[in-house]
Amino acid sequence: MHKLTKAPLALNGLGRCLITEKHLPPVNIIRRGLVCSENRTDCSKTEVYDVIISGGGMVGSAMACSLGMDPNLAGKKILLLEAGHKKVMDRVPDTYSTRVSSISPGSATLLSGIGAWEQVTRMRCKPYKRMQVWDACSDALITFDKEDLLDEMAYIVENDIVVAAITRQLDAMPENVQVKYKTKVVKYTWPMPHHAAESIPWVKVTLANGQTLQTKLLIGADGPNSMVRQKLGIPTVKWNYDQSAVVAVLHLSEPTENNVAWQRFLPTGPIAMLPLSDTESSLVWSTSHYLAEELLELDEESFVDAINSAFWSNENQSDLVETAGALFRGALSAIMPSAGSPRQLPPSVAGIGPKSRVMFPLGVGHASEYIRHRVALIGDAAHRVHPLAGQGVNLGFGDVACLTHLLSQAAFNGKDLGAIQHLLEYETERQRHNLPMMTAIDLMKRLYSTNAAPAVLLRTFGLQATNMLPTLKVSFHIF
Amino acid sequence: MLSYFALLASWWPLKPGSSRRRRRKQTRRCCTADDCREMYCNKFGTSLMFGLKGLEATSARGAFQRAAARSGFSWAAVCKQRTLRQQRSACAGMHQTGVRSAVHTTVDPGEVKRFQLLANKWWDEEGDFAALHAMNDLRVPFVRDNLLNAQRERHPGQPLAGLRILDVGCGGGLLSEPLGRLGATVLGIDPVEDGVRIAQLHAAHDPDLRDQVSYRACTLEELAGGGEAQQLQQPEQGVTQFDAVVASEVVEHLADLDTFAICCSRVLKPGGSLFITTLNKTNLSYALAIVVAEQLLHIVPRGTHDWEKFVSPVELERLLESNGFLVQSVQGMLYNPISGAWSWTSNTEINYALHAVKQDDEAEDGSTPLGGPR
Repeated sequence: MHKLTKAPLALNGLGRCLITEKHLPPVNIIRRGLVCSENRTDCSKTEVYDVIISGGGMVGSAMACSLGMDPNLAGKKILLLEAGHKKVMDRVPDTYSTRVSSISPGSATLLSGIGAWEQVTRMRCKPYKRMQVWDACSDALITFDKEDLLDEMAYIVENDIVVAAITRQLDAMPENVQVKYKTKVVKYTWPMPHHAAESIPWVKVTLANGQTLQTKLLIGADGPNSMVRQKLGIPTVKWNYDQSAVVAVLHLSEPTENNVAWQRFLPTGPIAMLPLSDTESSLVWSTSHYLAEELLELDEESFVDAINSAFWSNENQSDLVETAGALFRGALSAIMPSAGSPRQLPPSVAGIGPKSRVMFPLGVGHASEYIRHRVALIGDAAHRVHPLAGQGVNLGFGDVACLTHLLSQAAFNGKDLGAIQHLLEYETERQRHNLPMMTAIDLMKRLYSTNAAPAVLLRTFGLQATNMLPTLKVSFHIF
Repeated sequence: MLSYFALLASWWPLKPGSSRRRRRKQTRRCCTADDCREMYCNKFGTSLMFGLKGLEATSARGAFQRAAARSGFSWAAVCKQRTLRQQRSACAGMHQTGVRSAVHTTVDPGEVKRFQLLANKWWDEEGDFAALHAMNDLRVPFVRDNLLNAQRERHPGQPLAGLRILDVGCGGGLLSEPLGRLGATVLGIDPVEDGVRIAQLHAAHDPDLRDQVSYRACTLEELAGGGEAQQLQQPEQGVTQFDAVVASEVVEHLADLDTFAICCSRVLKPGGSLFITTLNKTNLSYALAIVVAEQLLHIVPRGTHDWEKFVSPVELERLLESNGFLVQSVQGMLYNPISGAWSWTSNTEINYALHAVKQDDEAEDGSTPLGGPR
């Protein structure tokens, strides 16, 4: 019924774009305005999705599954775009993969909510009941466990298995949830924040094959080097640790009830042994780039020796620290005689899995904004942490749970899914949760990166005190 | 002494507005200066008293004239309006004969003009209509939950599927769109054409809404009355029958509430729901909704509301029940200007929401009274 013709439409679009918009430079505004007004007539031909998720890793595919299964979002068109190929696992491979994650009980709840956890347990997963963390420069140690050692603390699962389980669930979903594999996105076009009547209000996604899609909400789950985040120009606090992680699959000398996760803080970085089965464990050794390369070049026997000595040797301890630590421990046990736990040594390693030594660089990053108009970031795209606490993917699953809940409520209230109000709620809630965790992990990494006496004494006392005081321990036990 | 000046002011022309002049002529006849002065002194609140004390004694006429001429906020203008109100409520008793003359049309041309000027600002969520956008958090669940209670079937993802809703005074479509997204077939009507055009453009982009929501620039009487079959959708019925009529923030802008109630009754199915959100007519609503919201904090564009047109829940309930409705629930709403959010409250003194059900043509209704929302 409106009588606007194309020419005044284009002019109107241009005019509106010249109204200053906080986040964009003027050239982009004008360019964007012209793009919007030109494509006005095309909008009816391109299909409009309700949600497009860019990135099909563990977090992205969990998001797609979670949205698809929500009753309030029934019938909404959801699309997952993944650049890699579909990960199908009809049969679990005999060898373990080197990339593993520690799945916390909260994440396990989310995965069982989408029906993927059952698949995971059927395939392969290893629960562990205790975690021992100790220092190389002193005797201080801390153990985490559930009260009576009957409940599992967390699970070690290979990343491939998680993705395969979720993929199996996605296959079983109704047709409003689609997945496009081997699909790369080359361009994103952002909508104007104030809805100018003549411009297209949706996010436009251009694929490598030339196809364009439109969506009311774009969720960026494309990893630490997120293209979505870069294209939005969201300022990100990030730096590279001058550390790389060496991962490998270890064969233990003898079979044991392998249900403890071990982590020792060396001055060069933490080394962790995570149980995979009774005879095998996964190694994650974060150390300097130079040492990491050296480790990769060692032959198998020397590599195994290096691992064993890293866990067992006491050469980094000085007498001063040892005496001080012993005194402090004595004092604490006078106050709280029953606290503390006996120190155990990890199992020794006999060999490593064939061709399983890999290294990758470590860094930390945090996007200052998780959301923009019609866009939200989840998982590593929003936050990236050091693996020493095993929390990276758990934070991502936490994002998935929070955002699904808020989108479900918004849909039940008839709201536009890309509206900024509930996206702001998501950002606030998750930043409040993620930032303290990330700060704590970063602080821990820095504190343990030195063997200067004052720092060592500080962390020795701190660790011993935390080990003995249950309340402090619980607050760190943020699993 | 000061009250004498205030009384003088009541005789002074304010801004051009025929309705105000007409009202003053009516009241001048019926009250004495003594009555008004006494009542005026008794009822005045402290904040306005402060303003009144600040007025100079000299050249009162000049002062009030200048106050009238200025369009900015002035205590004098506020005092004048209050005096008028006090006089009218004293003289006219509880009946609001002066405010809405029985013109048998719901449309007030002044209101139409005012909203035409604001037409382009509807969809700016942080602009002039931010409070209305925020009110969706209350009114959409209010409509949805009360309709769901009456319904038997459940459709996951589309809770209101299969229902026809009429949104009276839809404006830019702020309420029509969420209801359409929940699956209802919504017809939004508004006498302001520009607003309807904005609403149509906004809904045209969304393929889900194109089939669910439609708009028409007409008045409620035009829709309800007349035997013109051409404007109505269903040829087998005489008048289109809706499952629900929503009139949110509308009745305080109408010229004639009786006609409104009759027309609503005509377009509703028997047992259909009527949802109204509006402002109460109390001292508190004057202070907060007019003085604070419009003039101080600019939450609402200046001049949007006329306190005289506010209607209390008791009054509205009486009106509706005399037109064949049964009021199911009345619930107060409260706006927090700091957080910009609305919340439910038991106090109906400022804003309130009302749910009424059209009685079947037989005397008894079968519907059980519904509790207030959540």
